[in-house]
Amino acid sequence: MVAVQEQTVSVWKNQINPKVHVAGSGPALVFLHGAYGLTWDPFLDTLAEQYTVYAPEHPGTTLGDPDGIKALDDLWDLVLYYDELFAQLGLDNPTVIGHSFGGMVAAEIAACYPQRVGKLVLLSPIGLWRDDVPVKNWMILPAEEVVKAAFYDPSGPLAQQMLSVPEDEKEAQDLQIRVTWSLACTGKFIWPIPDKGLKKRIHRITAPTLIVWGTEDKLVPPTYADEFGSRIAGSRIAMVEQAAHVPQLEQLGRVSDLIRDFIQP
Amino acid sequence: MKVSMFHLMPYRDLPDDFEQKYHSVWVDPPWTELGDAEKVGQYYNWSLDELIHAAKSGMDGICVNEHHQNAYGFMPNPNLMGSVLARATNGMDVAVVQMGSTLPTTNPPTRVAEEYGMLDTISGGRLVAGMPLGTAMDATLCAGITPIEQRERYYEAHDLILKAWTADDIFAWNGKYYQLPKVNVWPRPIQQPHPPVWIPGLGSLSTWEFAAQHNHCYCFLSYYGPKAGKSVMDGFWQFIGDRGIEPNPYRAGFLQLVAVAETDAKAEALYEKHIQYFYNKSLHIPPEYFFPPGHQDYRSLENNIRKGIFKSYFDKLDSIPNWKFKDFVDEGFVIAGSPATVRDMLADAAKDLRIGNLMVLLHIGSMPHDLTLKNIDMFSSEVMPHIHDMWDNQWENHWWPEKLRTKRQASIAAL
Repeated sequence: MVAVQEQTVSVWKNQINPKVHVAGSGPALVFLHGAYGLTWDPFLDTLAEQYTVYAPEHPGTTLGDPDGIKALDDLWDLVLYYDELFAQLGLDNPTVIGHSFGGMVAAEIAACYPQRVGKLVLLSPIGLWRDDVPVKNWMILPAEEVVKAAFYDPSGPLAQQMLSVPEDEKEAQDLQIRVTWSLACTGKFIWPIPDKGLKKRIHRITAPTLIVWGTEDKLVPPTYADEFGSRIAGSRIAMVEQAAHVPQLEQLGRVSDLIRDFIQP
Repeated sequence: MKVSMFHLMPYRDLPDDFEQKYHSVWVDPPWTELGDAEKVGQYYNWSLDELIHAAKSGMDGICVNEHHQNAYGFMPNPNLMGSVLARATNGMDVAVVQMGSTLPTTNPPTRVAEEYGMLDTISGGRLVAGMPLGTAMDATLCAGITPIEQRERYYEAHDLILKAWTADDIFAWNGKYYQLPKVNVWPRPIQQPHPPVWIPGLGSLSTWEFAAQHNHCYCFLSYYGPKAGKSVMDGFWQFIGDRGIEPNPYRAGFLQLVAVAETDAKAEALYEKHIQYFYNKSLHIPPEYFFPPGHQDYRSLENNIRKGIFKSYFDKLDSIPNWKFKDFVDEGFVIAGSPATVRDMLADAAKDLRIGNLMVLLHIGSMPHDLTLKNIDMFSSEVMPHIHDMWDNQWENHWWPEKLRTKRQASIAAL
């Protein structure tokens, strides 16, 4: 396991103070996490073997900075905020990987600031909508239902880890507060339907793009891989079997290889 | 003491297996399977008749509220009901208590200022202006309001409405959620500077602060009775005392389910199934709908999780499907029985919780029209006179329409 440093940076006139997890060495790579908050996981470990991984926590989701979210009104503010954060971290043209909600944010950054993003990897992103294949609203689903939809094997260790509650009461409370507030803060930009105009802007993406989707994803159905792929010129789609909404952990080796090959052809 | 009849206007004929067969009574009970428009027309008319009957029977106020997409209580615009009630009760000393238009979902909120202005003028200055935040089901699920923004929107809408009623001049409103170039509400209310404002709440600290800051009446609307409400109201009075605010009982409202019959045994026979219907069907709501992430601000969330408030609340609800009449009464969820039983329990509760503005739910769940009228008659003739004098010689009700603050004359009941 690599050593992970946690830097707290101040952005947006010091009103937002996210923690940025940094590890590894090599070319810069940014990972934008999903709606449940950032957990440093084996996927990020693997990436850190070859890249310098920067994994910022989304505004408001950092412990001790819950009011950070109040400084941003809408998605437009959020994209500008990330422009500022990238500049502050000295990130010049990094590869940007976004998962789920983070995938939508990554796509927005790449569409609004094409020069900010060297290469783009979207892991089961949200951001587009089809009435006939609705994206499930995880903010109003019981955790067990989310797990059933998000994991290929809902009874396996990965899925069960998501449902596990720490034995220590204080730790269990901390976790519940952190997860609920992460959902609240990310939900600010997607409620009630995660279609906030990306479809009008997505054509502006110029970064080479890899789209990764689990074939068994019941949260954001795999049909959306084509919706993204057909709108981003020259993009590649990789469907991953025996994986649902978290392919980078469900099929860690396969997805890590795909990403490595994509970044360094 | 001011006593008002509250009505939810529920669906009265849900199927016996409703709570087994359907996911929720709110947001997604399918109208196409469950709703009968002819029946619903009858419910609306019965509900209006019941409230008008309560007014004629000598009650101080009649209350309606706003909820959407449900069989629990569906007056999507309470002011449509309120306008009928205002017209029908002209000439009676009865307050029209709107509990009320949901602020964050009424767009622009000057609509509330206007509609309440209409009700206050039609009623000749008898309006109580309830200003609810709205449930998460109504605001976030039915109306699409972003959960983390609901409370912010509410505060802005409140400030806008109050300013629209009281500003000397036409003004521009440049808010975060609402921008209006020339605010100039027609009509403004008769009551000056504005009708009394009641803030419904469920015990959150931020609502107490808000009500205290603006000197509004705080109303704890719970279905779990004075036993469960005691800790909330004690907390409220502690909060008021700590800030050096006058502990006037009229600063607080409380909702209570009440069912009266000739004897305790008769009350059990008449009301048990309707009470069970209310708790098992009308309140069949998944927890995920109550608290989508962000509906509670961070501090309330932290407070509730650390104190285990959610958990104890939902643990308690789990046992209700097996409850009998006696359990509901013993737990205080419903105050029911003979007039003597009810008046003692109600007086104790009002004194203990220090409640000046009492709201009683006299139509419960599936109760038919005739039984509701009976409950109203027995309550207003045999219970209310015994609690009516409470607080009056010590405190003035600043949160009641000024022209109605003296006690209603008993002769009205004979009309």
